[in-house]
Amino acid sequence: MSHPQRAAAFTSDAERTTWHDETLWFVRQKRDKAVYAIPEFQELRQLASDIKEHTLSRLDEYLEQFEQNARANGVQVHWAADAEEHNRIVLDIMRGVGATSLVKSKSMLTEECHLNPYLIKNGIAVVDTDLGERIVQLREEAPSHLVLPAIHLKKEDVGETFHVHLGTPKGEKDPQNLTEAARRHLREKFLIGQVAITGVNFAIAETGAVVVCTNEGNADLGVNLAQVHIACMGMEKLIPRTADLGVFTRLLARSATGQPVTTYTSHFAKPAEGRQMHIVIVDNGRTRQLGRPDFRNSLKCIRCGACMNTCPVYRRSGGHSYDFTVPGPIGAILSPNIDMRQHSSLPFASTLCGSCTDVCPVKIDIHAQLYKWRQIIAQEGELPVSKKLGMKLLSSVLARPAIYRFGGKIAREGLRFLPHALTHATAFNPWAKARELPEAPKQSFRDWYQQTVK
Amino acid sequence: MKVGLFIPCYVDQFYPQVGIATYQLLEKLGVRADFPVKQTCCGQPMANTGCEQDAKPVYRHFVDTFQGYDYVVAPSGSCVYHVRKHYDVVEQTGAVQHVRQATYDLFDFITSVLGVTELPGRFPHQVGLHLSCHGQRGLHQANESEMTPVRDGQLSRLLRSLDGLTLTELSRNDECCGFGGTFCITEEAVSARMGQDRVQDHLQHGTQVLTGGDMSCLMHLQGIVRRRQLPMRVLHAVEIFNVALQPSGTSVSTFVPQSTTAERV
Repeated sequence: MSHPQRAAAFTSDAERTTWHDETLWFVRQKRDKAVYAIPEFQELRQLASDIKEHTLSRLDEYLEQFEQNARANGVQVHWAADAEEHNRIVLDIMRGVGATSLVKSKSMLTEECHLNPYLIKNGIAVVDTDLGERIVQLREEAPSHLVLPAIHLKKEDVGETFHVHLGTPKGEKDPQNLTEAARRHLREKFLIGQVAITGVNFAIAETGAVVVCTNEGNADLGVNLAQVHIACMGMEKLIPRTADLGVFTRLLARSATGQPVTTYTSHFAKPAEGRQMHIVIVDNGRTRQLGRPDFRNSLKCIRCGACMNTCPVYRRSGGHSYDFTVPGPIGAILSPNIDMRQHSSLPFASTLCGSCTDVCPVKIDIHAQLYKWRQIIAQEGELPVSKKLGMKLLSSVLARPAIYRFGGKIAREGLRFLPHALTHATAFNPWAKARELPEAPKQSFRDWYQQTVK
Repeated sequence: MKVGLFIPCYVDQFYPQVGIATYQLLEKLGVRADFPVKQTCCGQPMANTGCEQDAKPVYRHFVDTFQGYDYVVAPSGSCVYHVRKHYDVVEQTGAVQHVRQATYDLFDFITSVLGVTELPGRFPHQVGLHLSCHGQRGLHQANESEMTPVRDGQLSRLLRSLDGLTLTELSRNDECCGFGGTFCITEEAVSARMGQDRVQDHLQHGTQVLTGGDMSCLMHLQGIVRRRQLPMRVLHAVEIFNVALQPSGTSVSTFVPQSTTAERV
């Protein structure tokens, strides 16, 4: 299935679409308020973009510096070329310490690597401890948003899920009560977690420390109760210095939710006495993206989700319509790098309005990259045949004024004299499902000009 | 000053009144524009679909048509944005570079080149301005809500200068209408829903005349307005200015836009 098909299924529930759109627009407005309150916000964006571009231009050096400093701190550093290797490394660490239970705070990387199903297949009990992640995990769904993984669900849906899995009363939909139930449930899981996985928001080359930003404190709770901490990170998460961090923490939460800063900004530098800390650095296609000049700066992404909240298409089609770990505009420029054929409809799931580019806190030119992916997808022969031939025909008409003029007349005459039922038949004119075609005039502008002016 | 008028292909064929209003408004502002008849299209439909390679002959034809003019003026920010931004894939000859720099959206031309920011005239209606993304975010003809709460722009300034005109305050000042070129067909469901939401915002806040600087967005919104038979006229902003700026002695206060496509030619 392609994006348009999944999107059409989503919009067919008009009421839920309205709710989804308004919920995310509310988040976008919160972001706007926070941004307007910071006079130097545009300078911060430029600074963040520059730091990231600099880091990406010397990624090899910074990665080695980071590894060296992390090892000096007593951290075990692992390198994974792809998702499979990442998953195997995590499993090996767990087996090495004889652990069978894992608590995991938010990590899009482990989603990208499909770590949960892999570990579960290998006999490990995995519990996602971020509330939204836990909700979608119980429902056996994928997250539908980078920072709001259960944003596609209403409180009634969550109530039903908790009724089935956590035994809350049927029909309970009070957010306070549901959160309390999740809290009690997760506390038990935290206490038995032998290994804790966290994601990484920023990895600091000069210190070898990693920084994790959460609102629920679940990363800290997991790490401090477990014997082993595994931090999983994509290799683009690096920043050179601790002094650079403030630029990003100021941008991240404001862009994501409109908060001045995340509730918890936790620094993990070394294992506690008698415990282990591991960092797994993952490539999984990132080097390939780094090698694409037109797309390499997509690796600047700090996963704030602002492009999703602002995207008029995402808000009306839902995160699952993208069928990729990272949905929305940023997902649409990251996914073709992973599998262009499978995700070929995603760069077209945009009007190229440019709002994503304007909200991006690290100034990724998202809509320009969507346009560029379209060119590559067409050149690689991944366009539907009708589109491809239609565009060839259109080009040949538009390069020849006489044929264009003739074709235009035929189109207008057709629209004027053919029955409405035929010109508006939705079987071959999708436009007409919700819209009237323009009324065709007798004369084109050029006819008027040549008669009246010339 | 030699000004070439570029009337986008779909405007030429389906909205000639917008082309006529553009020609006449420029004339009222003292600019006698020339319309080179061999022009066709800027090539955007193909390029946005990924077929930039196929569009190259159309780009060359466009440059060939307009290279002899000091300015190329079009009543469409979207087509102008395409020429300026995406004609970088053909060889950058002097002619190509000149045409890319010389191509202006009509209201950018009126504001920045002619230096006109207020127009005399009367249009006693509540007007809802649809900001088209390529003009706004692409050519920076208006402030983006992503950057600042200040709602200002070339077109809103010109509209506000007309007597009797009230500009609608919208809930979402600059959300995309969902037209998006071939997107309106390939992503029909989302496209239609986006358009319906835009129209609803205008309807709720009292828009009588829905306007904008790009007929493509307006064609899509008009399609929804007409399908739902809503009490709203859809006019390109140049039609409003051209009607409001009647030669002296002609009364315009009684003007009521007659149909959603304005006067037939």
